[in-house]
Amino acid sequence: MEKVKVGIIGSGNIGSDLMVKLTKSDVLELTAMMGIDASSRGMQHARHLGLQVFDNGVEGLLDQPDLVDIIFDATSAGAHIHNAKVAKQLGKRILDLTPAAIGPFIVPPVNLGEHLDADNVNLITCGGQATIPIIHAVNQVAEVEYGEIVATIASKSAGPGTRANIDEFTETTAKGIELVGGAKKGKAIIILNPAEPPIMMRDTVHAIVAEDKMDEEKIVNSINEMVEKVQAYVPGYTLRTEPIFDGNKVTVFLEIEGAGHYLPKYAGNLDIMTSAAVKVAEEFAKNREKPAVKQA
Amino acid sequence: MANETGIKITEVALRDGSHAISHQYTVDQVTSVAKVLNEARVPYIEVTHGDGLGGSSLQYGLSKTDELKLIEAAVSVTDFSKIAVLLLPGIGTIHDLKKAADLGAKMARIATHVTEADVSKQHIETAKELGLETVGFLMMSHMAPVDKLVEQAKLMESYGADTVYVVDSAGALLPHEVKERIKALRQELKVNIGFHGHNNLSLAMGNTLAAIEEGATRIDGSIRCLGAGAGNTQTEVLVAVLEKMGIPTGVDTYKMMDIAEDIIAPILPKPQEINRDSLTLGYAGVYSSFLLHSKRASEKFSVDSRDILVELGKREIVGGQEDMITDVAAELSKTAVTPAK
Repeated sequence: MEKVKVGIIGSGNIGSDLMVKLTKSDVLELTAMMGIDASSRGMQHARHLGLQVFDNGVEGLLDQPDLVDIIFDATSAGAHIHNAKVAKQLGKRILDLTPAAIGPFIVPPVNLGEHLDADNVNLITCGGQATIPIIHAVNQVAEVEYGEIVATIASKSAGPGTRANIDEFTETTAKGIELVGGAKKGKAIIILNPAEPPIMMRDTVHAIVAEDKMDEEKIVNSINEMVEKVQAYVPGYTLRTEPIFDGNKVTVFLEIEGAGHYLPKYAGNLDIMTSAAVKVAEEFAKNREKPAVKQA
Repeated sequence: MANETGIKITEVALRDGSHAISHQYTVDQVTSVAKVLNEARVPYIEVTHGDGLGGSSLQYGLSKTDELKLIEAAVSVTDFSKIAVLLLPGIGTIHDLKKAADLGAKMARIATHVTEADVSKQHIETAKELGLETVGFLMMSHMAPVDKLVEQAKLMESYGADTVYVVDSAGALLPHEVKERIKALRQELKVNIGFHGHNNLSLAMGNTLAAIEEGATRIDGSIRCLGAGAGNTQTEVLVAVLEKMGIPTGVDTYKMMDIAEDIIAPILPKPQEINRDSLTLGYAGVYSSFLLHSKRASEKFSVDSRDILVELGKREIVGGQEDMITDVAAELSKTAVTPAK
């Protein structure tokens, strides 16, 4: 099969990590990096890889629209609004890794097959990618009345985009817990920890299930199955302990060790996000025969 | 503004004290406390969940009463005191802040870990746009060296904060450490400097006086020590001490004594004291709101709560990481199979 051409907007932590992952894909061919800071580490690396490099962001694509079929947006929620417009104008599919949440949400082990014809899909947040599978796993066997997650990441793994978008992180993640996880109500908290050496990404998931639906064995089995599914594309995704039960509450502690592609292994938050995005793009590529977007 | 005379006190019992009563404040309690603090002419009264706007959660404890109802109640009985709200980016959002401002809150205190000030930019800017007096609150100030603290405080100043606080969330700072921090900020910043202490090492009053000596003009207190851990600088005592020192606060000393005795004491499940656990918070340098959570984890997993707290301190756990308490307790309970000598 001919590879599908893809490009990245944004040369920060997420864009750079994507760059490493995409060069390993059998289905996707990375052709372009669209950044704004020509001297950044990410842009230098893109040149080194021989990619077409634009330092005027998505605008670069206007002159060479055939360079890519799918665009990954690794900028910020604010910038995505503009990038999404340009992508639409060019008739390109865009995978949104910012918390802008314009398009429908995708968490691969939960709803990869959905939205295959959408022209803009959103990957929620790193915390959402890590925890929504667990909320969904619990909800499949015991209705989740309330799902709450706490994502703790190393300060060093949170770039300026993440820091400027911290409200969008909590709000978009909470929405994802409800829309994709299935919880009636969702809440998300994010904490940055500056300890040295940097801590691994950790997530805690609390779920309150309907009073008469608590079945510890079923819940544990469902969670374990889900963990295996996530591990298939994020090998460093693990349960730190067995789920802890307290009345109708279940608490799950997760740790996500990154692949160490762009940032060291502590930055599991990058991996879970970029791995999910690559998985979605590959799925899109496989379903390419059904053209998603009509040329504008 | 940087040259204001006298000390402006913020009473935090209705926010920091929320930790001590597991976030069970009622509208009646908040109404009666805010009303008398207003009569005693306390300049600012902070009202929110202990972890700030949006703090009601399984992670920190669910609020018995929606904090917006508590804020509304406090606003309704105060014509002198201004109602302040705390917001920790990552927990609460601008959306929450706007709701609080709509209800009549007049001061926003935006809190981050001492090294993470840049996450507060959008919140400080929005608070200013909403016309709120705005405070940058650098929590766990004991965990960063002085130059780092100054750098982070300057960020908050640059976003528009009217005041920047050194927050000793763990009650771990010693008087000379408070002095060097306030002194450095006083030299480098133009805005007001504030200090928020905890009494875990019995140093809240001493540290507060050290801060004032170096130029801090905004001071937090909790009446009857109704705050997290062993409580904060005891407000009614602070008012009396400052009066003896000839430093004006504008707060009525006798009325504060009466409020402490007649209204606050009955709210406390037990008198605030420095016990084994609260002392360990200061000793290990751990966020004061961990007190009751570690006590519960200690019972659930049969581990000494001091061992949990000391381990959390070693791992440089920051404020808000309450989930680590259970995690560490579970881990310690497994490693403790061999009998201790």
